Amino acid sequence: MKPALSKRNYGPLYAGPIALWFTLFFAAPIIIIVAYSFMKKGLYGGVEYVFSLDAYKALANPNFVTITIRTLLTSIVATLLTILIALPCGYFMAKSKNQTVLLLLVIIPFWTNFLIRVYAWIAILGNNGFLNDMLLKLGLVKDYIQFLYNQEAVILVLVYMYLPYAILPLFSTIDKFDFSLLEAARDLGATKFQSMTKVLLPNIRSGLFTAVLFTFIPIFGAYAVPLLIGGKDSYMLGNVIADQLTKTRNWPLASSISMVITVVTTAGVMIMLALQKREAQQQKENELSGNVTTMEEIDSASEIPAGTGAATGGAQ
Amino acid sequence: MKGSDVNIEGVSKSFGDFKALKDVSLQIKKGEFFSLLGPSGCGKTTLLRIIAGFETPDTGLVTFDGVDVLPLPPNMRHANTVFQNYALFPHLSIFENVAFPLRIKKVPNKEIKTKVMDYLKLVELENHAHKKPSQLSGGQKQRVAIARALINEPSVLLLDEPLSALDAKLRQHMLIELDKIHDKIGITFIYVTHDQQEALSVSDRLAVMCQGDVLQVGTPHEIYESPATDFVARFIGETNLFDGTVVSVEPMEHPKAAENETMVTLDIPELGRIKVTTVDNVAPGMKVSFTIRPEKIAISTEKPTLNRNDINLFEGIVDEPIYSGFQTKFYVRISENAVLKVMKQHSNYSDEGPDIVWKDSVYISWSADDGYIVEVKQS
Repeated sequence: MKPALSKRNYGPLYAGPIALWFTLFFAAPIIIIVAYSFMKKGLYGGVEYVFSLDAYKALANPNFVTITIRTLLTSIVATLLTILIALPCGYFMAKSKNQTVLLLLVIIPFWTNFLIRVYAWIAILGNNGFLNDMLLKLGLVKDYIQFLYNQEAVILVLVYMYLPYAILPLFSTIDKFDFSLLEAARDLGATKFQSMTKVLLPNIRSGLFTAVLFTFIPIFGAYAVPLLIGGKDSYMLGNVIADQLTKTRNWPLASSISMVITVVTTAGVMIMLALQKREAQQQKENELSGNVTTMEEIDSASEIPAGTGAATGGAQ
Repeated sequence: MKGSDVNIEGVSKSFGDFKALKDVSLQIKKGEFFSLLGPSGCGKTTLLRIIAGFETPDTGLVTFDGVDVLPLPPNMRHANTVFQNYALFPHLSIFENVAFPLRIKKVPNKEIKTKVMDYLKLVELENHAHKKPSQLSGGQKQRVAIARALINEPSVLLLDEPLSALDAKLRQHMLIELDKIHDKIGITFIYVTHDQQEALSVSDRLAVMCQGDVLQVGTPHEIYESPATDFVARFIGETNLFDGTVVSVEPMEHPKAAENETMVTLDIPELGRIKVTTVDNVAPGMKVSFTIRPEKIAISTEKPTLNRNDINLFEGIVDEPIYSGFQTKFYVRISENAVLKVMKQHSNYSDEGPDIVWKDSVYISWSADDGYIVEVKQS
């Protein structure tokens, strides 16, 4: 029995602490939110433990629909912009000799608190802010420009905030990319742009997926940026949730809106995972048939045409 | 498909302080299988990349059929490259890899299909069209890379150490395949390699390069038999190389001797006096380097009977026999500081005499014809 004992799989034991952690602080809160979303609103906040679909019915309110669509559009635009900026950054970093320095530069913003960075943007973009000051002093404008409190400002700051999350995965996949493939593409007639779209992008798909998820998901649930940078018409779902929790004190509604965010982001993740899984499966199927090929190759290599025996004679 | 003349005139290229190419000029003829041979860092790959358009030379000119190609980007040159690591696109099937240049040119689908299959047939991979590069063996990948480089019907095919990643047996096989393809399509092949065997066996002509210079251009036979410098003699094949001084120069008595051929007696400090024929213009007192290939030296345990006066004969002791199946290499010590490499083929029943083993006393001899004066170092 002893050998069997020593071969016991301790995996579950080692995984125990993290399983407990996730159950307590990840699964349980989600279950609570799901449960609350199906309950009646308490009179002074909180919930009454009675089943109700009120919170979901309230979602049909044109106001929420508008905000949901706006949140979705803002997130898509911000994610696209982030990726468009992050791609050349990641590419340049992967090709650079000073990767460590550049990586550090990407990470440096994280040394400053998120909120402080948001306030820094206010200091830059505000009516009496740095940018307007400069423009006025240089005589480029006669009066200050209203940069803040609109949709564009929200997108600008969101892009800034989540750029590192897109650069890092893109950099790490591009770093593994074989750049000689770009030369091969150019050699075979592709222009520089074609070599990027037809060879680089398809080969860094996994990095693109990760970058999109890492930016889209947090942006879709953004709260502080639209609150501080945006105006009345740049409210996002995150702000509505906060209002429902703290001002209106409608916890079930806050929960049902949370569910919208969870469902949308989960759907995104699922679609991407499905795409990758399908690819992996194709690869696997291909590889299974590939083993046969290698054998064929060995055979064909020994079937050397007559008259060439001398060249291979030594190896036979 | 027709090949192009490729002219390289005074091409230099530096990377920082490193001079990769120093004023290199080469004339490569239409349809030639031309090799650039040299040790790593000799500039051969840089030269190939300049021809392909991936590097711009600091000075000099590169023309295809007289047309300056230096202003053209790689995609506008009628040259395609077979890369050392194949550089197949991992996300595309074999078919799509080969079809890539045609897709870029927006060739109609139907045409692409027939053409790609034709080229896959050329490299005997028509049954693997649907596979991904990761499923192919090294030799197959290499063939895909060749098909892909040829489908654009280039006038020059550039091959950058295309066989270096294959094992020895497959390399021989692919080399023959390459030669066949070259015979079939007849375009100019420029082949970069550090392997002298490869270069000698397939090239029409080759250039031996070292530290950014072209040392010698010639047919494989010329390069092997008449190396221009000590480096070429040492780099191509194995050889015994000595420095010596010309003692006397006499006209040849032999009726078949070339017009300006002379019989030279050399004094080689390690060996003593030896005879060698040469067409070079040498005079007594000149310092020269002398080479004799190991396979041109005869070895025997019994003293050979000499009925000619142009045989160099030495007595020695076998320091080290190295058996490699079809032949044995002997290191034969002639004197304190002279060890000669001697190659002996294991031929057939007509061979007589006992096997030569370690520590045997042997006689080695070679004809004055087979020795060669490489360089005149000081006159």
